Amino acid sequence: MNINLTLIGQSLTFLVFIAFCMKYVWPALFGMMEQREKRIAEGLQAADRADKDLELAQQKATNQLKEAKQQAAAIIDQANKRSSQIIDEAKEQARAEGERIRAAAHAEVEHEFSQAREALRGKVATLAVAGAEKILGASVDAKAHTAMLEKLAADL
Amino acid sequence: MASSESANTELTVTGYIQHHLQNLTYGKLPAGYQRHEAGGVHTLEQDTWTFAHSAEEAKDMGFMAVHVDTLGWSIFLGLVFAFVFGRAAKKASIETPKGMQSFIEFVFEGISKVVNDTFHFKSNFVGPLALTIFCWVFLMNLMDLIPVDWLPLAAAKLVGNDHLYFKVVPTTDPNATMGMAISVFILMIFFSCREKGVWGFVKELTCHPFFAPKEKWYLNILLIPINTILETVSLLAKPVSLGLRLFGNMYAGEVIFILIAITFGVGFFVGILGGVMQWVWAVFHILVILIQAFVFMVLTIVYMGMAFDSHDEQH
Repeated sequence: MNINLTLIGQSLTFLVFIAFCMKYVWPALFGMMEQREKRIAEGLQAADRADKDLELAQQKATNQLKEAKQQAAAIIDQANKRSSQIIDEAKEQARAEGERIRAAAHAEVEHEFSQAREALRGKVATLAVAGAEKILGASVDAKAHTAMLEKLAADL
Repeated sequence: MASSESANTELTVTGYIQHHLQNLTYGKLPAGYQRHEAGGVHTLEQDTWTFAHSAEEAKDMGFMAVHVDTLGWSIFLGLVFAFVFGRAAKKASIETPKGMQSFIEFVFEGISKVVNDTFHFKSNFVGPLALTIFCWVFLMNLMDLIPVDWLPLAAAKLVGNDHLYFKVVPTTDPNATMGMAISVFILMIFFSCREKGVWGFVKELTCHPFFAPKEKWYLNILLIPINTILETVSLLAKPVSLGLRLFGNMYAGEVIFILIAITFGVGFFVGILGGVMQWVWAVFHILVILIQAFVFMVLTIVYMGMAFDSHDEQH
């Protein structure tokens, strides 16, 4: 428990170790810690940014989805409208076509009817003569009565 | 005691305690000094540097002596600190640390935080100072947890001298703690003078707690001596309390360990009881050594803060 040179030895040893610590230990560890802190801060910032980006992207996606839905709805609407329109048109066309076909048929019928009548008319004279021949039992001068018969045929 | 010890090899309780509290001293014995040795009294013809063979011889060496065990262990432990932390500093990388590296960085960060919280000036000195103090003092205190007889007995067997004095806890030697405190004191004065100038330091000592305004300048003639006495006492009290606090705590702990160790030789049951007590006290002591190292560090940081702090706003 005597105070002696150890006192001074210990003081000097102490200073030497402080100097060592100051030169080799503290700055290296301190610099490293600072760098690490910076990196962590950057990492957190990046994470934050990514979070924000994600949120934005999600918002964007939602918006796009909504828009797409709207578009789809509009397209469907339009398609519906268009289809009914097409159906209407088709109906109209069909009606018109029907009408036309009916008219054509009608015309044909009319035409055939008149043709048949014409043919009949042509044959009336002969028929009438033949009938009259049969009735009279005598030959009729066709030439003499042609005028009359033709007049008859024309009246038919 | 000293004369009887060398002649009387019988182990007494007092002898055991005193033996444990005596440092291995290497110093100068003056010419004409009478050494009591096994063969009788031997008178030195000239000044001799030698190991003290008894407590009395160690005392008679006066100031010109060195506690080899204290210095040896403290330097060894300091080297352990320097090696471990130097390696950690070299290996320090920004990547995730592992194992020991992680622990060292944890210690570093803790101390760095304490320094930042307590010391508000710019200095690249106080951090290393605090780290060195904490780790070194802690390691020196840690030696207290090694059972008191192990290392001294091992050393005695190694040297072949059963009477070898060997104290393994440097902080139980007031030379070690006061040596560090004196270094801190010198640093305080150095930084005080550097930050405030010598004149500022003197002004702090002389004009500090009481200072009369300009209109009553004559009062200062009375106040300056009072200030000087107060401030000088408080300045000197800092290193003394710093060194003695650590020494006192560690010395007391060491004495209790020694007292417990005495019970080992008493008998079986008392020995078992002693073993339990040793364990309990060691567990408690873990706290003490940590706290003492921490207190020494924090107080040093605070004193450094005072040294850096110029009271510009007051004068």
